[in-house]
Amino acid sequence: MISPYPATTLIVVLIGALTLAGGLVWGERRLLALWQDRYGPNRVGPFGLMQTLADMIKLFFKEDWIPPFADKWVFILAPAIVMFTVLMSFVVVPFAPGMIISDLNIAVLFFLAMSSLGVYSIVLAGWASDNKYALLGGMRAAAQMLSYEVFMGLSLMGTVLLAGSFDLVDIVNAQRHLWFVVPQFLGFVLFMIAGIAETRRLPFDLPESESEIVAGFHSEYSGMKFGMFFVGEYIGILLISSMITVLFFGGWQGPLLPGIVWYFIKTFFFLGFFILLRASLPRPRFDQLMDWGWKLMLPLALANLLVTGAVKLAFFS
Amino acid sequence: MLSIIRTLWDVFLHAFRRRVTIQYPEQKAYLSARYRGRIILSRDPEGGERCVACYLCAVACPVDCIALQATEDNTGRRYPEFFRINFSRCIFCGYCEEACPTYAIQLTPDTEMGEYNRQNMVYEKEHLLISGPGKYPNYNFWRVAGVNIGGKDKGEAEREAPPTDLRSLMP
Repeated sequence: MISPYPATTLIVVLIGALTLAGGLVWGERRLLALWQDRYGPNRVGPFGLMQTLADMIKLFFKEDWIPPFADKWVFILAPAIVMFTVLMSFVVVPFAPGMIISDLNIAVLFFLAMSSLGVYSIVLAGWASDNKYALLGGMRAAAQMLSYEVFMGLSLMGTVLLAGSFDLVDIVNAQRHLWFVVPQFLGFVLFMIAGIAETRRLPFDLPESESEIVAGFHSEYSGMKFGMFFVGEYIGILLISSMITVLFFGGWQGPLLPGIVWYFIKTFFFLGFFILLRASLPRPRFDQLMDWGWKLMLPLALANLLVTGAVKLAFFS
Repeated sequence: MLSIIRTLWDVFLHAFRRRVTIQYPEQKAYLSARYRGRIILSRDPEGGERCVACYLCAVACPVDCIALQATEDNTGRRYPEFFRINFSRCIFCGYCEEACPTYAIQLTPDTEMGEYNRQNMVYEKEHLLISGPGKYPNYNFWRVAGVNIGGKDKGEAEREAPPTDLRSLMP
């Protein structure tokens, strides 16, 4: 089922997502600074708002160099895949009652599929760069994202069980009386951790931290291709925050204010929480990260699913 | 896990603390009076130049950024004909200030000397000379020096005893 004004909603969501990602560049720098006892950018425009514009202009003017030893078309394709998958995932997110581009009846599966496709971009970037460090960074990113994706899907299944449908609009409507964060608190925690790992944010930003220490998967990228990875990451955080509010916090539901305002309040709250995570937590070692993912998170996700299924079967059918 | 939650709460509370940034150029950092910044040439309390062109600062300078030439005025008082400091070479170590016997050359807490053209960073005497005594307000070298200059004879400087008469037999 498609919403009443698909073309308008599509353009609004596209422009909105890109604008919010740009605003998030500014917002992250200022929030990180707030928590680090300093000011962020406050010179470029009023409160430094034009900083993102200045950064984008700088990126556009950089030399767009493709290494001669790189696999040219794959090299160009990789950042495009990142942008493509995260923007496609926004197609199924309900912002307000009736404000959704496409009310798919398998929306949750679509979101999981798109995030799995996002892994390709990292691996292809690392491979196409023809650079040992980039390849290492890409392989680590692939391992991390794959292992955390396993229990991301499982943690979502609890909400799907409670709502009885894969459709995100149904899931939001099923939270009329009680937000799913209460019965599915473990699922919420697991999904949040998996979401952070999927978007390669601190504390799971080993692919990027490699770029501080050595190189990382986007070492050979400069100019706007790097900008695409950069903006794609911010849109990814926006997406995960949106999914958390939709799946666990009732989406657009709330007293007094219109639905879209509540949606933004909740999404911004989670964006702030992701930035707080970046400001405060140290980075684990890669083997610690993989251990945690497979030996702790996956059994917890399975246990959550088991208990949810058992309770629903015993008491609600 | 609990330590992680505590870390998050601690970092969150930092939002309510004062920020430590100094918003340059509206606010400037505090520099103490003996901060080694821009070099000046000072005058004594009577208004004459303190510098006697003894070349001690040029010799002491580790990077050889000082150039000067001594000359005398008609009362016999030495002064520098030209005095040039190349601030693109100067390392602001303060050795010249330590070497100067007359407290002429001094380092001041001023660091705003940015230029676009490297030639503008070579300061001549007219750029270095100030109208006051700088950091040492009461010192005049010629009052304590034992030479016949500045209206006093040998033996009449501050804290100086008159010279002994070598040709007289009286104790």
